[in-house]
Amino acid sequence: MAQGKDGDRAREEFLAESQELIETLSRDLLLLDSALKLGHRNPETVNDLFRGVHTLKGLSGMFGFDALGRMSHVLEDLLENLRLGRIEMSQQVLDVLFEGVESFQRLLSEPGDAAACDLESFTERVHSLARAKSATHNVLSDYELDPNMLGVLTEYEEHRLRTNLEQGLTVFRLRVRLALDVIDTALDQLKERVKNFAEIITYLPSMDGGGGDSIEIEMLLATKKPESELRAALNRPEASLSAVLRRRLADPQPSAATKQSPVAQAAAPTAATPSLPVRSDQSLVKRATPDVEVSLRSLTSVVRVDIRKLDHLMNVVGELGTVRAALARLVERLRAGAPHALGSEAHRIHRAFQRHLAEVQDGVLDIRMVPLSQLFDKVAVILRQVAREQRKEVRLVITGAETEVDKLIAEELADPMMHIVRNAVDHGIEPTDLRGQVGKSVAATLTVNAYQKGNHVVIELSDDGRGIDPHVIREAAVRKGLLTEQAAGDLSREELLNVIFMPGFSTARAVTDISGRGVGMDVVKTNITRLGGAVDIESEISVGTKVTITLPITLAIISALLFEVRGRLFAIPLAVVQEALRLPGTALRNVDGREVVTLRGTTLPLCRLAQLFRLQDTRQAAHENFVIVITVGNRRLGLCVERLCGQQDIVIKGLGRSLTQVQGISGATDLGDQQLVLVLDAASIIEEVLLARANPLVLGAAS
Amino acid sequence: MQRVLIIDDSSATRAYIRAALESMSEMQVSEAASGFDALRVLPRERFDLLIVDINMPNINGLELISFIRRSETHRETPLLIISTEASERDRSRAMTLGANGYLAKPFTVEALAAAISGVSKASGEGA
Repeated sequence: MAQGKDGDRAREEFLAESQELIETLSRDLLLLDSALKLGHRNPETVNDLFRGVHTLKGLSGMFGFDALGRMSHVLEDLLENLRLGRIEMSQQVLDVLFEGVESFQRLLSEPGDAAACDLESFTERVHSLARAKSATHNVLSDYELDPNMLGVLTEYEEHRLRTNLEQGLTVFRLRVRLALDVIDTALDQLKERVKNFAEIITYLPSMDGGGGDSIEIEMLLATKKPESELRAALNRPEASLSAVLRRRLADPQPSAATKQSPVAQAAAPTAATPSLPVRSDQSLVKRATPDVEVSLRSLTSVVRVDIRKLDHLMNVVGELGTVRAALARLVERLRAGAPHALGSEAHRIHRAFQRHLAEVQDGVLDIRMVPLSQLFDKVAVILRQVAREQRKEVRLVITGAETEVDKLIAEELADPMMHIVRNAVDHGIEPTDLRGQVGKSVAATLTVNAYQKGNHVVIELSDDGRGIDPHVIREAAVRKGLLTEQAAGDLSREELLNVIFMPGFSTARAVTDISGRGVGMDVVKTNITRLGGAVDIESEISVGTKVTITLPITLAIISALLFEVRGRLFAIPLAVVQEALRLPGTALRNVDGREVVTLRGTTLPLCRLAQLFRLQDTRQAAHENFVIVITVGNRRLGLCVERLCGQQDIVIKGLGRSLTQVQGISGATDLGDQQLVLVLDAASIIEEVLLARANPLVLGAAS
Repeated sequence: MQRVLIIDDSSATRAYIRAALESMSEMQVSEAASGFDALRVLPRERFDLLIVDINMPNINGLELISFIRRSETHRETPLLIISTEASERDRSRAMTLGANGYLAKPFTVEALAAAISGVSKASGEGA
C-alpha cells in the first residue's frame, strides 16, 4: 500500500467503507430472510449482496486484511452461483451467508485473530451447497435482441434477462432522455415508479449529443404487465417503449409484446448499427424534456467524517462557550460602569454572539447524531442467530428506529443490547414446545421500542417469555454468597430483580458464542452507567420481562446546574435534575438509618454530598439549605447543598487517567475563569447511596 | 502532467488507487463515483488514462466502455479495467469492447504501475 498521508486516508476510508458494507450486507440478508419466508427470491438483493462482498474482497486484499479477503472470496463464489441461478436460495444457504457476514465483522476488527473463523470448514460447507445445474437452452437466441446490446451486458444482467424471458415475462426497451446533472435522481424516480411490478435489467447510455447537457438512456425492463400499464406507471409520455419480440413472428407468445409502437420502430437501431441508438435523431432531441424540476443530487450529498474530527470541533465549541461566559461577565461590568450606550451595545453584540454560538453547538451535536436503526439492525442479526442456536422462534418488532443518539453512544450500546437480547432468548423465552403447552403462540415476540424523552433516549426491550421469579433470584444470590439470607429477605420485589445486575450473579451459561467473553448483566449495567444512563428491569412471571435503558442523547455538551458544597463549586447535568428547592429543616426524618424528607406526600431519600465525598468543613457551621432532586431511570435522590449558583452549558472533560476511577464524578469543566468544577455522575451517586454500600467515596485529593 | 480519471463506486478503492498513482509520479487524479458521474465529466474534460471498475450499479463498466469508445473525446484514451478473477467472461467482453488492459483486484502498487505502462503502450500501438 502507498505510504504517507494519502495511504492513511485510504486506510481510514477502507475501514469506514468496510464497516458500512458489512452493515449493509447484514441488512440485505435480513431482507432476504423475510422474503424467503414469503416465498420470494429477491434477485436484486442477491446481486447487491454479491456486489458488496465482491467490493469487500477487493478492498481487503489491497489493504492487507488477508483473512477477510479469503473469507469474502468464499462467500463471493457462493453469491455468484446464487445470482446466476446455479444454486437455489434456501434457508440453509441463508444460514451460511449469515455466518459468513458475521465472521467479516470479527475479521475486520481483529485481522490477526486466526481463530476468528474456521475458513476450511466454512469453505467445505459452501461447496456442499453448490450443486451446479446443467446448462439449459439459450433462450436469448429466440428473441430479437441487438447483439451489440448483448455485448455490453454483464454475466449477471444476461442471466436476469434469460431468466425473465424463460419465465414468460415480457422484456421492454425503454428509451428516455434525461438531463445529465439530475440523471441520478431522475432514474431513481423511474425506478421507484416501476419497482413493484418490473425489474430493471440494465441501463445503457446512448452516444448521441456527446457534450450536451442531456443523454438518452436505454433500459431493459422485464414485467408481467401489458405495455399500457407500464406506460401509465412510467408517466413519461415522451419516452419510447417497445417490447423485445420473438424471432418467429408466428409464435403467439408473448401476447402483450406483439405490437411495437411506431416511435420505437423508427428509433430502433438495426443490428448493423454499432450498438444502441447512435443516431443524433432530431425528433428525439426535440421530444426531450429533461427533469429540470429535480435538482437534488443524492449520491453526492453525504460526507463521511471521522468522529475524532467532530470531537475536536466540539472541544473548540466548548472553549468558545467558556470564552463567551467570560465575555458575559465583562459585559456586565461594562454595563455597570461605562456610559449607558456603550454597555447596551456590548450587551446586544454579546446576545447575538450567544445566539449564533448556540446554533453552532446544535449543529455540531446534530452531525454526531445517528438513528438507532443502525444499532437495531445489529440486534436483528444477533437475535436471528441466537434464536436458531436455541431452536426457538422469535419475532422481532421494532418501533422508533428513527430515534437519534450520539454516534459514540450508539457504538457503546451495541454490546449491552446484544447481551440483553441473548439473555432474553437464553433465559426468558421458553422452548417452543413449552410455549404451546402454556397456551402461548409458538413464535415468541421481542419488542424493541425507542423514543426520546426530554434530553434522554429510552430504549425498551420486552419479551413475552416466562418472566423472572424473584424467589429464584433470592435463592441464587444467597447460594452464590452475594447476599446474606437476612439481607436477601429484606429486599423488595423490585430490588430483587435488580440483583441480576450485580457482579458475579450471571450464571455460567452466559459464556456464549456471541461474546465469547462470558460477561453478564453486570457489565451491561456498568457500560450503561458509564454513559450516564440507567437500566431498569420489570418482570412478571409467565408474562414476560422488560428491560428499560435510559440514556442521555449526547455526552459532549450539557446544560448543568451549579451549586456549592463546603465552599466548593460542583455541577450536575440539568437533564437529571427534577427540581431544586429550599430544604425545610423541620421535615427531615430518619428512616432505617437513612435521612429522608417528605416531599408532597412521597418520601425522598437524602444524600449529604459533604459526607459522601468526605469534604473537610472549611467553613464552620455551613448549612445545607437546599435540596436538588435528581432522577435517573425510576430512582430519585435529594442532594443537600449549601448554595445554588445558576445554570450553564458546560463541556465535560475527562479527569485524566489517575482519577477516572473516582466514582460519583464523571469529569471536570472549566467555567472560563480558571475555576475547575467537578461534574457529578448522577447515576453512580444514586447507585452508591441507595444501595448504601459501606465504603464512602473519597474525594480528598481530587479538587 | 498525466490526467487520470478513476471510475469506481467504492470510495476506498478510489482512495487506494489515488494514493498509489500519486506515489508513482506527478498525476492529476479525478474521481467519478458512478457511471453517471463519468457521463457528466467525460464529454467536458480530456484525460490521458481512464481506470474503470466493471462491477458498478446502474450503468456497468462494460456499458461505460462501449460509450467511451464511441465518444469523440475518449475514443483512443488508454483504458484500464479493474475487475476480479470471478468475472472472467466480463473481463474478456471488456477487452472486446475496447479496453486496453485489465488488473485484477486486489493488486499492488507495482502491478498497477505495470498495467498502466502496458495499456499506454497497447493504445499507442492501436492508434
